[in-house]
Amino acid sequence: MAKKESTFTNMLLTLVLVSLISSAGLGFIYEVTKEPIAVAKDNKKRLAIKRVVPVFTNNPSDQALKIPADNDTVYIYTAINGTDTVGYAIETFTNKGYSGYFKLLAGFLPDGSIYDIAVLEHKESPGLGDQMLKAKSDWSNQFEGKNPENFTLKVSKDGGNVDAITASTITSRAYCDAVQRAYDALKKGGQQ
Amino acid sequence: MKQWKNFAKGFIKENPVFILFLGLCPTLGTTGSAINGISMGLATMAVLVMSNVVISVFGKFIPAKVRIPSYIVIIASFVTIVDLLMQAYLNTPGPHGEPSLYDSLGIFIPLIVVNCIVLGRAEAFASKNTVLTSLIDGVGMGLGFSFALFLLGSVRELLGAGSIFGMKFIEGNGILLFVMPPGAFLALGYLIAIMSKIKNQLVNS
Repeated sequence: MAKKESTFTNMLLTLVLVSLISSAGLGFIYEVTKEPIAVAKDNKKRLAIKRVVPVFTNNPSDQALKIPADNDTVYIYTAINGTDTVGYAIETFTNKGYSGYFKLLAGFLPDGSIYDIAVLEHKESPGLGDQMLKAKSDWSNQFEGKNPENFTLKVSKDGGNVDAITASTITSRAYCDAVQRAYDALKKGGQQ
Repeated sequence: MKQWKNFAKGFIKENPVFILFLGLCPTLGTTGSAINGISMGLATMAVLVMSNVVISVFGKFIPAKVRIPSYIVIIASFVTIVDLLMQAYLNTPGPHGEPSLYDSLGIFIPLIVVNCIVLGRAEAFASKNTVLTSLIDGVGMGLGFSFALFLLGSVRELLGAGSIFGMKFIEGNGILLFVMPPGAFLALGYLIAIMSKIKNQLVNS
């Protein structure tokens, strides 16, 4: 069969048809995957929260307390087991990383001490700054069980209590900055 | 026999990465590890096969002057479909909080739209051939691309982190350079040299 001629009507008709069929197909797939995508996103958050607070029975990501901080927002998720509040998972951030922005999820116990911290998103250098990840080194374990009230969240070079990652002082400072922001948000949230 | 040749050409003789040098942006960007490389290759292959089939069927109804915009709309739709499906079903983080496959491929999935291989095969092959030939071409080229990305990803992961698919082979931290962008260029350069050698020997024999 010969190629269709490139007349104005032919071209218009083809483009309209191609776009129509494509959008119909896309709309269908969007409807089909809408549920699974929402579930996957929820699941991801739930798994992350599970890693930083003790065992809970509610769904913390249902209710997030939003605290504005430095032109951005810190989210507080409350973990409840039965009727007792067992901890707070706080989605916090910093702009001071070696590659700028990164996001942490810091878990606090109700008394304000740190339970565990996980990195959600980062662009720090592989092999250097990324040692803040649990999978790469146990550097971040030093925060566990510490209460920022009497544990100064600053690297020892700046007069704090945190041992910096070797050759990654900037990342270490940024990490402390993010955790401090989470702690401040927790204090602010507690007063409300 | 003819179809077999059509299928096999994507691996060495017309390998999209090593011989045709197409689609180098995702090749360099996603091959920090073997698993990322091969998943990126397979995602591209899915798009390539679907767009090849559709264009070989409907290609003759599309007037020549609007064929490129039509192809791009078709390809973009398939890429969005793959993106949505991956977001729904390949989005579970690892046991220690490693990013999910969808998260680690990130921006490179939507960027398959501008991958030259997909548009290149649509324009140069699928629009002139039958459905079956185009399907086989898509699978062959897609597997060739996946193979190249897997090879590059494995080499970089082995040298940079001492592991393949996350399994440790060499103790210690590895040569960091190979996980970072300069290592991608270096490793790709050497692989291209080796593949050209192999291709020349195949042609001469």
